[in-house]
Amino acid sequence: MGRRFLDLLERHGYDFFTGVPCSLFEGVTRVLDADPRYGYVSAVREDSAIGLAAGAYLGGRQPVVLMQNSGLGVSVNAIVSLNQIYDIPALIVVSWRGQGGRDAPEHLVMGRIMEPFLRLLEMPFEVFDPASIDAQLASLTATLRRTRRPVALVVPKGILDR
Amino acid sequence: MTRADAVARVAAAVGRGTLGVACNGMIGRELYTRADAPTRFYMIGSMGLAASIGLGLALVQPSRAVVVFDGDGNVLMNLGAIASAAAAAAGNFHHVVFDNAAHGSTGGQRTISDRVPLEDVARAAGYRRCARATTEAELDDVLASWFDAAGPSMLLVVVDRGNVPGIGRVELSPAEITARFRAACTSC
Repeated sequence: MGRRFLDLLERHGYDFFTGVPCSLFEGVTRVLDADPRYGYVSAVREDSAIGLAAGAYLGGRQPVVLMQNSGLGVSVNAIVSLNQIYDIPALIVVSWRGQGGRDAPEHLVMGRIMEPFLRLLEMPFEVFDPASIDAQLASLTATLRRTRRPVALVVPKGILDR
Repeated sequence: MTRADAVARVAAAVGRGTLGVACNGMIGRELYTRADAPTRFYMIGSMGLAASIGLGLALVQPSRAVVVFDGDGNVLMNLGAIASAAAAAAGNFHHVVFDNAAHGSTGGQRTISDRVPLEDVARAAGYRRCARATTEAELDDVLASWFDAAGPSMLLVVVDRGNVPGIGRVELSPAEITARFRAACTSC
């Protein structure tokens, strides 16, 4: 599924990939790590990944940032004081650890507050639905291009793990 | 030397055609006031991210030199960016750090760069070239050829604390900075 998802992202125009890994999208980062064609930049922190993606956008690319939802907290200042005021978009692919309260303790609070947190950040998002992911990406990408702001694709457990 | 003079000297050595990313705080404002160009990106928020932005830019524009105008407070806030830049080994990435061991735009509070030499950190991480300039003569000497050789490089310039008069704010809106920079970036 990782390769198919990346093919889909490329069909929607995405051509720069950076991020911090999560087991929920391990199938994606495995392909990114293995194939130098993607030029994947393994970032040290999620806000640094947002910065790398911003630089790539300034240089003419349409970037994707992958992160665990724990990284959303780290990224808040980058999103609100870089992307959202500079009209610098990115597709943020964010895993949903802690969904439904079934996860390790450190993920439970963010898992519970993530959806209202994304709304508070004024970041449009879709929850990955394998049956309609192409349409979801079309919609998110149209929003990203129109608003020049970050949008998020939320990845639940069991879709991109392998 | 004053930071504004050091910024102007580096800007003159870099040239207007080279892509420049300035960190938030006084450094970006001094670059704007002394040597603005469409090829300059002024970061006003997101402290700590100038080097990451510059690295992302360098990776997608490999045929153009990218110079990050950074400060000690910014570098310390996201020290991991040094590791990222070293690991990426982008030959077109040049990091210039104006170091006054203080947070210049919040009242001059001390940082810790007087005890942690940032060019040594960069060297240990794997930057190809690192140097420290403490006087105007040293800086001019280094700048004569610094950007001719491959990076990742770090040039640390020791500057005085305090701000010189006559430095305004960046008059472009953030969105205007982005639009102008992207046009300059993709047109050459």
